[in-house]
Amino acid sequence: MERIIQFENIGLRYGADAEVLSDISFSLTTGGFYFLTGASGAGKTSLLKLLYLAQRPTRGVLRLFDEDVVMMPRSRLPGFRRRIGVVFQDFRLVPHLSAFDNVALPLRVAGMDEREIAGPVEEMLTWVGLGGRQGALPASLSGGEQQRIAIARAVIGRPDILVADEPTGNVDPDMAKRLIELFEALNRLGTTIVIATHDMPLIGQISHAQMMRLDKGRLIDPTGALRFPPASGGRDERAGLPLGRPQ
Amino acid sequence: MSGARPALLSAKAAQRRWLPEGRRGPMPWIIAIMMFLTVLAAACALGLGHALWKMRGDMAGGYTVQIVEANAAKRAEMVRQVEGFFHAETSVRSYRVVLESRLREQLAPWLGEEAQSGDLPIPALIDLSLKPDVSPSKIEEIRREIITRAPSARIDAHQSYLAPVEALMRALMWAAAALVALMLLVTGAVVVLAARSTHDAHRGTIDIMHMLGATDLQIARLFQRRIALDALLGAIVGTIAAAALLWLLDRNLAAAGSELAALIALPWRSAAVLLGLPIFAMLVAAVTARITVMRALERSL
Repeated sequence: MERIIQFENIGLRYGADAEVLSDISFSLTTGGFYFLTGASGAGKTSLLKLLYLAQRPTRGVLRLFDEDVVMMPRSRLPGFRRRIGVVFQDFRLVPHLSAFDNVALPLRVAGMDEREIAGPVEEMLTWVGLGGRQGALPASLSGGEQQRIAIARAVIGRPDILVADEPTGNVDPDMAKRLIELFEALNRLGTTIVIATHDMPLIGQISHAQMMRLDKGRLIDPTGALRFPPASGGRDERAGLPLGRPQ
Repeated sequence: MSGARPALLSAKAAQRRWLPEGRRGPMPWIIAIMMFLTVLAAACALGLGHALWKMRGDMAGGYTVQIVEANAAKRAEMVRQVEGFFHAETSVRSYRVVLESRLREQLAPWLGEEAQSGDLPIPALIDLSLKPDVSPSKIEEIRREIITRAPSARIDAHQSYLAPVEALMRALMWAAAALVALMLLVTGAVVVLAARSTHDAHRGTIDIMHMLGATDLQIARLFQRRIALDALLGAIVGTIAAAALLWLLDRNLAAAGSELAALIALPWRSAAVLLGLPIFAMLVAAVTARITVMRALERSL
């Protein structure tokens, strides 16, 4: 399988503080489904930041899409970021934009034609159960609704990699299940999924997922050997996700 | 309301909303004040420049030949000789012997009845105007010819009378031009501060845009457009206010019937330059905002 993400002896420190991540080495393959777990403060969010290029490592080699992104000039990063969908733990919706505009943002940033945006965005909002709240501002939405908008925004551009930090933390079990189905469907389309979570039942739902565990900034299971048993029951074969795909 | 489908916008209109639209802040008003002062200073510089040019044109080639001879007969003979030379000389455009009676009349306020009596000898004056393309060597030659015919003659260029006034006007003109440059510089500084402040205020949104793959240029364009519009708005207000003041001053000067006022009047080309200042201010603001924001963005990842 083709490697889409490669960490080699990655270390990360903020300023002069001690390293928050040390000697991280692993490879993720295209189309894989990965969970990242660990106690609070273990470094999950920092590792995700490296993945979605919000941070560069202080040492080591980080390759995305087979290119070294550590030494890469800033001007090339936007192109890489457009291939990565991110669900932030704190959602990070643009407060003055409506739900519709927040979800449409990645497509607009990628320069997609405005006429091609409305359809997928409306369908995606309907899919996450917010079809009737397209014009609502984030402040008027509940935490769970904001989270669904954040997820819709992350997946609308059908990214090559989806990075999600606690994506089901604020939604009810039914919606959590629905969102996982969305991630799975996206995964079936070839997107590599990396989810940081504490939610053990959630991990159990994905039979083919691999798990990585962080402890005090170090990776405990770098080979991904620790596998969860296959979830009982068949997989959702839903096809035809309402996704936009920027050219 | 919240469920309403948002109207389909153009791509550019949608992009403009990436930054919140709301209060414009004090920048347009600061720019308006700066532009008001800039237009006044520019009008001053252009008006003085025009006056200098006009004055030089009026004075160029003008000379006064003064024949200082106590003996009236000798003086008259010298005048006749010099007149003869002027008549034959092709470089002379025109000349006019000032009537002695006129001279005495003009001196009367200072010399009293004595001036009118004829006992007091006064010099003969000839107003001489040379053609515009006469070379300095030719002027020197004419000067020599006059001295040959009237050894006591004194020849003064009209330009030399107004040299101190011209120097003062030139100094004022450059001071006004320097003020314009300084004002534009301050306008640029105001834009830098406004761009930095707007950038800091929207840091959260910018970070999200970056994470979604927006380029620095896409983000900088948002600031550039907004600040350019603010600057244009302020510049138009300031220019209109300055133009109104200039119009009022022009009316008052015209009513005074002063020759100086007529000299300082702005030609239409200068007025066009003044009207172009708001556009120039907008361009300065747009370029400054773009550079400032691009530099600020470069500091982030």
